[in-house]
Amino acid sequence: MKKTKDERRALKVNRRTLLKGTLAAAAATMLPLNRADASFSDFWESFFQKHFREMTEAEKEKVVARLEKEYEEKYKIAIKVGIEPAMPGVLFGYGLDLSRCIGCRTCEYACVAENNQSIDPQIHWIQVLRFKKEDPKFPDFEHAEKYYNAALAPQPGYFYMPIQCQQCENPACTRACPTQATWKEPDGIVTIDYNWCIGCRYCMAACPYGARHFNWGEPHRAPQDINPNTHYLGNRPRYRGVVEKCTFCIQRSRKGRYTACVEACPVGARKFGNLLDPNSEIRYMIANKRVFRLKEDLNTSPKFFYFFDFGGTR
Amino acid sequence: MVQATKDFFIAWLSIFKGGPKYYLWLAFLACLMGVGVYAYIGQAEHGLIMTAMRDQVSWGFYISNFTFLVGVAAAAVLLVIPAYVHNHQPIKKIVLFGELMAITAIIMCILFIMTDLGQPLRVWHILPPPIGMMHWPTSLLAWDVLVLNGYFILNVIIAFYVMYKYAHGEHYEMKSFIGFLIYLSIPAAISIHTVTAFLYNAAFSRPFWSASILAPRFIASALCSGPALMLLVFQVLRKVTDVEIEDKAIFRVATLITYAMAVNLFFLLAEVFGSFYPGTAESVNIHYLFFGIDGQTNLVKYIWTAMACNVTAFVLILNPKTREKFATLNVALVLMIVGIYLEKGMGLVIPGFTPDVLGEIYQYTPTATELLVSLGVWATGAMIYTFLVKFAIPIHTGKLRFASGEHAVTAKRAVIDDVTSEKV
Amino acid sequence: MGKKLLAIIALLLLPLSFAFADEHSNKMTLMKGVPAQKFIMPRPPIDKGLWPCSQCHKGMPPGPKRKLTMMHQDIVLKHMPGGWCYDCHNPTDRDKLRLFTGESVSFDQSYLVCGQCHGFIFQEWKHGLHGKRVGMWNGVKTYYQCINCHWPHEPHFKPIVPWPAPIKPADIKYGN
Repeated sequence: MKKTKDERRALKVNRRTLLKGTLAAAAATMLPLNRADASFSDFWESFFQKHFREMTEAEKEKVVARLEKEYEEKYKIAIKVGIEPAMPGVLFGYGLDLSRCIGCRTCEYACVAENNQSIDPQIHWIQVLRFKKEDPKFPDFEHAEKYYNAALAPQPGYFYMPIQCQQCENPACTRACPTQATWKEPDGIVTIDYNWCIGCRYCMAACPYGARHFNWGEPHRAPQDINPNTHYLGNRPRYRGVVEKCTFCIQRSRKGRYTACVEACPVGARKFGNLLDPNSEIRYMIANKRVFRLKEDLNTSPKFFYFFDFGGTR
Repeated sequence: MVQATKDFFIAWLSIFKGGPKYYLWLAFLACLMGVGVYAYIGQAEHGLIMTAMRDQVSWGFYISNFTFLVGVAAAAVLLVIPAYVHNHQPIKKIVLFGELMAITAIIMCILFIMTDLGQPLRVWHILPPPIGMMHWPTSLLAWDVLVLNGYFILNVIIAFYVMYKYAHGEHYEMKSFIGFLIYLSIPAAISIHTVTAFLYNAAFSRPFWSASILAPRFIASALCSGPALMLLVFQVLRKVTDVEIEDKAIFRVATLITYAMAVNLFFLLAEVFGSFYPGTAESVNIHYLFFGIDGQTNLVKYIWTAMACNVTAFVLILNPKTREKFATLNVALVLMIVGIYLEKGMGLVIPGFTPDVLGEIYQYTPTATELLVSLGVWATGAMIYTFLVKFAIPIHTGKLRFASGEHAVTAKRAVIDDVTSEKV
Repeated sequence: MGKKLLAIIALLLLPLSFAFADEHSNKMTLMKGVPAQKFIMPRPPIDKGLWPCSQCHKGMPPGPKRKLTMMHQDIVLKHMPGGWCYDCHNPTDRDKLRLFTGESVSFDQSYLVCGQCHGFIFQEWKHGLHGKRVGMWNGVKTYYQCINCHWPHEPHFKPIVPWPAPIKPADIKYGN
């Protein structure tokens, strides 16, 4: 009955290899990379990658280099991953003129083109809601329509309200996150480290604006449609099982450029700028217009202002 | 001491020894687990898109089960208090099985959380620094990890220490550290369900969850469903094993459940009134739950079934005649478990998301993947509990005793074989 | 930054305003707060073949009647009831527009013409609130002109074809 030492060792070794094999198989199916040809060191570094805010500049560079290599292997195009920090003295703010919006969804799709969201399964960071004017019920969200189809926009008798991340000064989502994978940057942008998010989706339960979106499946996007100018905290290709959201086009705004939605809007209803600059259009808007912020009673203090420049849409 | 500890662990081999019925039961559970694993592999391969959860309803059946099971885990307190604080002997004899159920329930909770994660391999990010980046004390989820694991460790220590002592024919001293841990386990049990309720409270964008009565209601309902599940399991245990559980203990617990159910129904009334009567915009979720909106009535069947179950169960368990008759008592217990499972699960999580924060109604119904994975987790829980109980029973009945001294391990093996082959 | 620049421009232009004191004050007033020329979007290239107007109108005296003739008969004026061509078009210098004061304004500065009546919106446009801007939020940006979106003869913004509705959550499935 008694097993010899060698036999036992053999059994142990077998068991260990079996365990290893199982773990590797499990890892292969569950890891974000899903690359059979990934070198072990890359795998190791990716798995034990630090939180973005814990990295030194040198470490960030190294991670970015690895990510760029990874993306190139996956999408066969060169993708630049930027790590530009927040500019000092800048706090981003946004204005949306509800009296001008015509509900054409141009911003919604410009956002997708810029920010490399998954096409299948579909992820849109901007949701455009349509409200009926003169609705006997107060036009609350329950009476809004997101999936309207129309031959032409605007349709008579309706007004529209695009909603995206409100970049709260007091965000509910960052408080909820159990791993600090999402946080507010010094320039006020709420960002996510897609390599740190565990996909628990508590932030989605916490967000009052439906601004957070989850990669329910493997994100798919044709390589030729990928915007190669990306930012680590913004539009770089995402993994399955992580949350993503609007970042005020961090890859553009941190280089001084307007966001994609601002530039796309055919009616110029979207305004963007530095809240700390008293001469910015965004400050002029706050000072001179009737502005409101969504769900102000929740004290999330959004930096996204809705305003009325005009009596109403025609 | 070292030898004794070694013996104790060797005795664990007994869980693999049993009669044909025992093996049949294990095989049955293994099959269900296999189905669960198969479904989970599909989910791991393609992502959570295999579930019915979407951005609009971002938590579903898994978190529903998790919430219910936190209640089951917390419910051990209903045995711990009379057993240790009031020294009620009939309950003290069975409190061990309650603690083992709490351990099992927490393992199931963790399994349900793991199946719900988008990136399960990154779960270590939730550990405190320097390993992870635990967002404590700000994130309620971090709190939940803390209290659930704390309660788990407490119960493991208590249950195993008690078993260890029994196995060596000794008794534990309530005035020693274990007594302190036992007392500590009482607030810990309350804390796990409170923190879980706060987890929902904290998501202040969902008015359905922001009732301040949520936490008390969680506790009240947990003290119904958990002990109800235990009483059913105990009756099975005394039928298929030689463990003795007095009727007195069962009826005593049933009485306690009656109180809990009365409080639970009262809290429910308070919540429903407070949410319905004002008819503010925030009532929309509870309206969807109970009546549906514009013909979208997905949850209506669940909640009214739950209501019917709870009220019927309460009537049955309130009347001493039906409470102290096993046929009717068991009907009441089953109804109670079903009622609270529906109400604390689908009836709590889903209406929080429907309509969502932008007023959209996405009618969530779990997919086959979700149902099968959940079945697998429940089977795993049943298997774990079976093993725990299988190990505990011979110790509990006194059949397994390690004499202090130099008995050879083989000799003890024989004892174990002898013990375990007796029944089942 | 922008304000300083404007102040400098204004200062440079100041002597000019004295030179044309009574005649050109209106234009100067309108110009106030308008960002430097290079930020402004050129007018849309819609007038191929029609512009410069002088190719036909050279030497042609202004018509005596308020009537659209010849190749301009397709014009529908849904703007300024009672208005006519020479409210905005300069009858003497055909490749220019004119203000009510008679001052000549180049076609590239048509916003000055619009600004005479739509003062409030003109003001908002100068502040970047009305209309569209692209480029840098903290630097060089391009202002769209009034006529980039509002054709002066029919200024009402034309409805456009909207993009398709997003996919409903119930239709997002694996392998779709």
